[in-house]
Amino acid sequence: MAIIITEKTRIIVQGMSGRIGQFHAADMIKNGTNVVGGVTPGKGGSTLLDRPIFNTVREAVEATGADASLVFVPPPFAADAIMEAADAGIRTAVCVTDGLPSQDMMRVKRFLRRYPEARKMRLIGPNCAGVISPGVGFMGIMPPHIYMKGRVGIVGRSGTLGYEAASQMKALGIGVSTSVGIGGDPVNGSSFRDILELFQADPETDAVMMIGEIGGPQEAEAAAWVARHMTKPVVAYIAGLSAPKGRKMGHAGAIISAFGESAQEKVEILEAAGITVAPNPSAMGETMAKVLLRRAAA
Amino acid sequence: MDIHEYQAKEILSRFGVPVPRGGLAYSPEQAAYRARELGGSAWVVKAQVHAGGRGAAGGVKLCKSVVEVQAFAASLFGRQLVTKQTDAAGKGVYRLWVEGACDIARELYLGFVLDRKSERIMIVASARGGIEIEDLAEEDPDSLRRMTIDPATGLLEYQARELAFALGLTGGQVAQMVTILKACFAAYQDLDATMVEINPLVITGAGDLVALDAKMSFDTNALYRRPEVAELRDRSQEDPRESTAGDHGLAYVGLTGDIGCIINGAGLAMATMDMIKLAGGEPANFLDIGGGASPERVVRAFRTVLSDPEVQVILVNIFAGINRCDWVAEGVVQAYREVGMTIPVVVRLAGTNVAEGQAILRASGLPLITADTLAEAAERAVAARMKQAA
Repeated sequence: MAIIITEKTRIIVQGMSGRIGQFHAADMIKNGTNVVGGVTPGKGGSTLLDRPIFNTVREAVEATGADASLVFVPPPFAADAIMEAADAGIRTAVCVTDGLPSQDMMRVKRFLRRYPEARKMRLIGPNCAGVISPGVGFMGIMPPHIYMKGRVGIVGRSGTLGYEAASQMKALGIGVSTSVGIGGDPVNGSSFRDILELFQADPETDAVMMIGEIGGPQEAEAAAWVARHMTKPVVAYIAGLSAPKGRKMGHAGAIISAFGESAQEKVEILEAAGITVAPNPSAMGETMAKVLLRRAAA
Repeated sequence: MDIHEYQAKEILSRFGVPVPRGGLAYSPEQAAYRARELGGSAWVVKAQVHAGGRGAAGGVKLCKSVVEVQAFAASLFGRQLVTKQTDAAGKGVYRLWVEGACDIARELYLGFVLDRKSERIMIVASARGGIEIEDLAEEDPDSLRRMTIDPATGLLEYQARELAFALGLTGGQVAQMVTILKACFAAYQDLDATMVEINPLVITGAGDLVALDAKMSFDTNALYRRPEVAELRDRSQEDPRESTAGDHGLAYVGLTGDIGCIINGAGLAMATMDMIKLAGGEPANFLDIGGGASPERVVRAFRTVLSDPEVQVILVNIFAGINRCDWVAEGVVQAYREVGMTIPVVVRLAGTNVAEGQAILRASGLPLITADTLAEAAERAVAARMKQAA
């Protein structure tokens, strides 16, 4: 069943007729993802990649029954596209776009809260690699062939480190139920904790690899939740042990600006919550293998 | 993006924050002229650099005569000011701000930041101003008052009043504080700031509130819609390597080691730096080539990394998703030939089009050191550095 993307998910792509949107939509379709249409204002009525294009998300939902949307819309218009999806009844939106202003994201988060839980949209990203459930489909920009189907969930801020974890695990014969990139921005749609809750409830996930980095409070929040509620083992890695304080390391959110935001402090917080932290980034796979072995023996 | 104190004061003043009268100077003579123009008998001359801690570093002085203003200004211009917030090279002083000295009865602290926990703008205030917020948080955390603002309503009057009373303000000062808080919030929101700080916010001998210092930073992602902010950028305050790299779509941060890094993805870049450190080396930089990098952008990345004279080995680590290993490989080969490479280059490719990329590297016949995994790549880069040093 995995999380977020299942066999039943019907996906539209907002910004599908753009160069990047089209390239990745084609890759998703080639890999068996259930893409049912696209949205580009002004291009409604045309077809692209054998899929219908609509002017609005609402039309797309009505015509195709879409329940998920991948957002490739440029930064100045991305927040509006996300809110349009939420209002049209989309249940999950994944936003790959990098460069949304923080205040746009604050507005988006507040907008999403206006809907009752039963029809509230889950947002993943922005500035993320997307979501893949190997063997089922993916929404995003990841290279699907590096993932092997299996029973370990991955959640991380960084796209490329998520790839790194998946390929290290694959080399050891460990597959992935779903891998989720939550993105590197200071204000993002879903937190580590949000995704850990989904993995905890997913019968097809046995353990979770959590990949954090410097900056922000979300790893600590996740640690507190894991300590109280998570029964499945969690392995973690925190990037940025050698990052200097006060410097932004590529991601808008990767900056140490307060106590508890350095990699070392986060490692201590995670370990105190009973999470096994990989000693270095090339030991993510073997650390997971050890934890799974220990669990199998218990 | 940071701006200068005088620019922040101009902006905040426009929104209704009282600031001292002052003038900008590009030369010692102009500083003296500003002092005469302002009148009075005492002036504060302040170096305009993008860093805090200027006072302790000798970048701010209370002067009692115009002659003194000019002499101090002459000693500042062209100097590299090293404060505890700068690196060892410091920041160049090319502009001075001269303002009338202020009679200070009390100093307060006032800051507006993005609180990542509540995902709202947060006000941080203290009845103890004039010292750095980091020190205040350590020395006297109980003095800090925090308040988050609902983006739907903005800052409400009662919230502003609560804060004013909590800081011990009385009488007309309360209304002045409400005005200042609302002005700062409006400036933050309307201009896509990421930080507004007034430290100190002083109460003068006459009992009035005045912003004696001001700092603002802005969301670079929002500059496209804030042209009036974008034009305040002062490249003289930036590391030239970092700003040039940024112009070419590369995120670069200079560090102090000697292994140059060319990576895709911020997370993998940080992880590779960690791996180099664990293998016994020191990374010279953080560099993310970004998504969909062309061979040209890869060449540009090489040039950026090599502009640091400390770099002795280059490590290229690519796990391509949105990128393509063949493009990166072409860029590596092109860069190697164009720059006449004399130092070892370690390349690890994985992900999209990896076989094509590796074939390009092999066919080039260049003495590249290849690696299959992240660990191998870091170990080989450090080994190459050790061999050189031996």
